Amino acid sequence: MASLKPWASLQVGEAIPELVLPAVTRLNLALYCGASGDHNPIHVDTDFVRTTGLPDVIAHGMLSMAWLGRLLTHWVPQSAIREYNVRFAAMTQIGEVITCSGEVTDKYEHAGEQRVRLSLTTANAEGQVKLSGEAVIALA
Amino acid sequence: MCGDFVPKGVTVIDRTHIGHVEPAFEVLVEKGRLKFFAKATGQTDPVYTDDAAAHAAGHPALPVPPTFLFCLEMEAPDPAAIRNLLGMDYRRLLHGEQGFVYERMAYAGDVLRFAQSIEDIYDKKNGALEFVVRKTHVTNQRGESVAQLRTVSVLRNS
Repeated sequence: MASLKPWASLQVGEAIPELVLPAVTRLNLALYCGASGDHNPIHVDTDFVRTTGLPDVIAHGMLSMAWLGRLLTHWVPQSAIREYNVRFAAMTQIGEVITCSGEVTDKYEHAGEQRVRLSLTTANAEGQVKLSGEAVIALA
Repeated sequence: MCGDFVPKGVTVIDRTHIGHVEPAFEVLVEKGRLKFFAKATGQTDPVYTDDAAAHAAGHPALPVPPTFLFCLEMEAPDPAAIRNLLGMDYRRLLHGEQGFVYERMAYAGDVLRFAQSIEDIYDKKNGALEFVVRKTHVTNQRGESVAQLRTVSVLRNS
């Protein structure tokens, strides 16, 4: 179980423990299709995808955002997350090995809470950023 | 991709829809869906799949993970309502940004109420890209505020 980190000891620039995922499979996307309720065929149906000009199915952006959510809840209890935002920058493809990373970019006090701001990314093995975002975490 | 592209400099979406409010809807948070979502996202923390672990961590039931509110929002009576209202072709639609502001946790067994509105519509690159910003306020069965969702959809016109 994740526990709260001492705010005073965290430094701007400090990385939180990263999450490296197994290579993305079609099964991953089929399961996420069912579990999320996002039935857009572009994620699971190669026959449909051929009509769009894309070479293959692409991963759901929100699956990547869920992975980054796991990065956060591995670091702190979920109840500490105040804000969580991402921008979908590039498509995640079958076979890619995705790493989720976060880094402290700011420490401040707000609404009586000691907070940190994190920058977040998912990237493939070549370092291409797929999602970039940020989260605000209340540590005390 | 595909679809009939609109001429340069022409936008598709009627700006008068800014401020449009959809009828609110309620969704029951089902425990089985949460377990399935945990499996589909590779979640290994038992807090999200095991009642005993959730209770031990101080939760009354399995928690709704950070992004699952977006999935519950898709349980709207007509999930394509806004897309159809704005006349957006889903084949040219991309998910540009997603944001959450959290006020309290939600749990299995909760009945969450989703109130959606269109906050903004704008374009870039001489109309080649149109952006729709949707805001969704989520409250629970006690009327308490759970979260604000912000979704930016991008329509590719060329």
